[in-house]
Amino acid sequence: MWHDLTADQALFRDTTARFLGERVPLARLRENRNDPAGFDPGYWADGAALGWTMPLVDEADGGGSVSGRGTVDLALIAYEFGRHAAPGPLVDCNVVASALSGQPGDLPRAVLDGLIAGTTIATACLGAAPWQEPDVTIRRDGDDFVIDGSVRPVEAAGQAAYLLVSGRSESGGATQLLVPTGEAGVGIRALKGLDVSRRFAAVTFDSVRAPAAALVGDHGRADDQIARQVRHAAVMLSAESVGAMDAAFAMTLDWAFDRYAFGRALASYQALKHRFADMKSWLEASHAISDAAADAVADDTPLAADTASAAKAYIGHHGPELAQECVQMHGGIGVTYEHDLHFFLRRVTLNRLLYGTPADHRRLLAAMQIGRETRA
Amino acid sequence: MSDSGESVEDFRHRARGWIAANLGPVQPWDLDQDCADDAAELVAVARDRALQRKLYDGGFAGICFPREYGGLGLSPDHQRAFNEELAGHEFPSRFMVPTFTPCAAILLEFGTPEQKARHIPPILKGDAFWVQMLSEPGGGSDVAGATTAAVRDGDDWILNGSKVWTSRAYWADWGLCLARTDWNVPKHQGLTVFMLPLRQPGIEIRRIERLNGESEACQEFFTDVRIPDSDRVGAVNGGWTVGSRWMFHERMAANSPYVTRPTGLSGGGTRGSPLVAMAATAGRLDDPIARELIGEARALDIVTHSLNRRLAAAAASGTANVDGSAIGRLFHGMAAVRRTTIAFDLAGSDAAAWSEADEAENGAPGMDFLLRQVACIGGGTTEIARNVVSERILGMPREPSGDHGVAFRDVPRGPSR
Repeated sequence: MWHDLTADQALFRDTTARFLGERVPLARLRENRNDPAGFDPGYWADGAALGWTMPLVDEADGGGSVSGRGTVDLALIAYEFGRHAAPGPLVDCNVVASALSGQPGDLPRAVLDGLIAGTTIATACLGAAPWQEPDVTIRRDGDDFVIDGSVRPVEAAGQAAYLLVSGRSESGGATQLLVPTGEAGVGIRALKGLDVSRRFAAVTFDSVRAPAAALVGDHGRADDQIARQVRHAAVMLSAESVGAMDAAFAMTLDWAFDRYAFGRALASYQALKHRFADMKSWLEASHAISDAAADAVADDTPLAADTASAAKAYIGHHGPELAQECVQMHGGIGVTYEHDLHFFLRRVTLNRLLYGTPADHRRLLAAMQIGRETRA
Repeated sequence: MSDSGESVEDFRHRARGWIAANLGPVQPWDLDQDCADDAAELVAVARDRALQRKLYDGGFAGICFPREYGGLGLSPDHQRAFNEELAGHEFPSRFMVPTFTPCAAILLEFGTPEQKARHIPPILKGDAFWVQMLSEPGGGSDVAGATTAAVRDGDDWILNGSKVWTSRAYWADWGLCLARTDWNVPKHQGLTVFMLPLRQPGIEIRRIERLNGESEACQEFFTDVRIPDSDRVGAVNGGWTVGSRWMFHERMAANSPYVTRPTGLSGGGTRGSPLVAMAATAGRLDDPIARELIGEARALDIVTHSLNRRLAAAAASGTANVDGSAIGRLFHGMAAVRRTTIAFDLAGSDAAAWSEADEAENGAPGMDFLLRQVACIGGGTTEIARNVVSERILGMPREPSGDHGVAFRDVPRGPSR
């Protein structure tokens, strides 16, 4: 990844890498494949203590990052999550934490404290491509708000104590509310999913009432903050996929040297060497755009949104393509549960689909570019 | 790295003012170097020479070239800052590749002090345009299999043979040429690099017409061309040492610290997209399929820009495998193929037949499609890049060859049936 990490950043990353290697080796993930939560709360709290959920939170709210550029530090952690196919709702807890940072009131502060400590799980409930017309409406009713509609897939909804709900307001602008998962009218139905350790649900809202204190940002004016949350998610998902791509590629390269056919190593066949070269070029480009997206979002540059969507679109496409090439290079063993490769295939495939598919992000990029050029 | 003491930000500030006062907006012929005809080409060349001279007179030519040869002796970070400030402005596009890199880069690396003192200043002043003569009619990818030969004659060498695919040789000034100087040793050990003026007796230059009628590429025929030994670059039979670096610099192309080129040309900026204009002309701006293609091209541009920066930073830090440039070459080839295909798809059946006015507005995406593979052939094929990536970066076994350890004169040269 980065060519110029500070010593503190390298320590931050390496500590998490060591922790994940010890606490959630792939053998453990195999054992826990049917665990309804997908992760152990003690593991999550110990990991949070390493600083997993604070980089996007202001210091005044108990957050902070080792480099002062929280998005970049978090991308380092996400990369290690990908390399280890690690469990836990890293993306959603951080998206919610970033949304609550700087919010006034006791509720956001209490939830934030729990998120940072790793004792509370909250999920962003943003669904597939959150900038598209949502199926959730949020209207004002006296001093309260009323939520109706449904959203899926929502990560870790079954484990979460809070949902950050996004919906369309009467004005057409977006609204975000922080709602306890136990609130009357909230329905959570577990879904089957792709990953070994990450769990998803469909969430429904049937005239769910939330008090004014649940409001995050302003009523009907949350579109920009949602766009910011999507950028953060895109950076984390991209970095995580690059970690998973690195792992899949490394084990496949080893395999090419170890496996012999017709008296020669697979690595000696030009037809295969050239495919490895193509994969290497995708991998380098994925590293480059993942790093660039983290930098751009950390510094909030004018091209932050473009760069984050470019990362999500490019890595979302080439992550699964690379992993499927790795499967093909392995032959039959590559599609078995016994082999490790599927952990990484699952991870890049899942990440491709969350917070906007490549097609969604391409259309978003086009909309931004067309908007700029027709304005100009 | 800088010995002048001027910080990158001070330099950037100074560059910004100078550029605003002296350079106009970027021109279509900076972006696409193929001109309508030779007359237009020569006008563009004269303009590029004048622009390079303007950079020199303004004190901004050769930012990373040593000061003793007329450069500024500054760092790649200074060059990058200048390129960023140059965004949206005109620049001497034809001088960058191949004159500044790989040719001038090779002269800096392997030239004698006398050779550098003689040739680098004219390059920086826009007086000398260089070309690279590597490929031959008998072999493109197998560069070290060159059969163009130089024979020693007193203090001179006598060159015979032919080079091909030399861009713009018909109006260029000087060339670097890889030639065989010993046939009795394995191929890599019998090569030597020379420099020679292109307009002299014994050099015949023919144009090669591409399928679209354009003919910037040339073939040169050498008949008893006399080259003084003082124009030899590097050691006698040390040509492959030079040649390896030569191809490294070639693959670095726009990522080279010797290249002055506005940031954003390779994407990542906010410059207008020809695809948006094309979709607007076709009334397809609201078509989701058109939008997906536009967005894919936009993502590809931003990724390309990011990869360029990553490769350039790795090369500048000196920590990277020098063969990393092959990753860039492979990526650029494949990305260009995809971009060309996207424009072709966006044009739909309008790519089949078009008016002069269409072409002026949106180019000729159908013709670009016919020439699509040029991006994967010129400057070293993507197949060779894949060999370099797999063998030298990933450490996979080399391809078996029929010429390893064999005196070059005994190497089979086909045909096999």
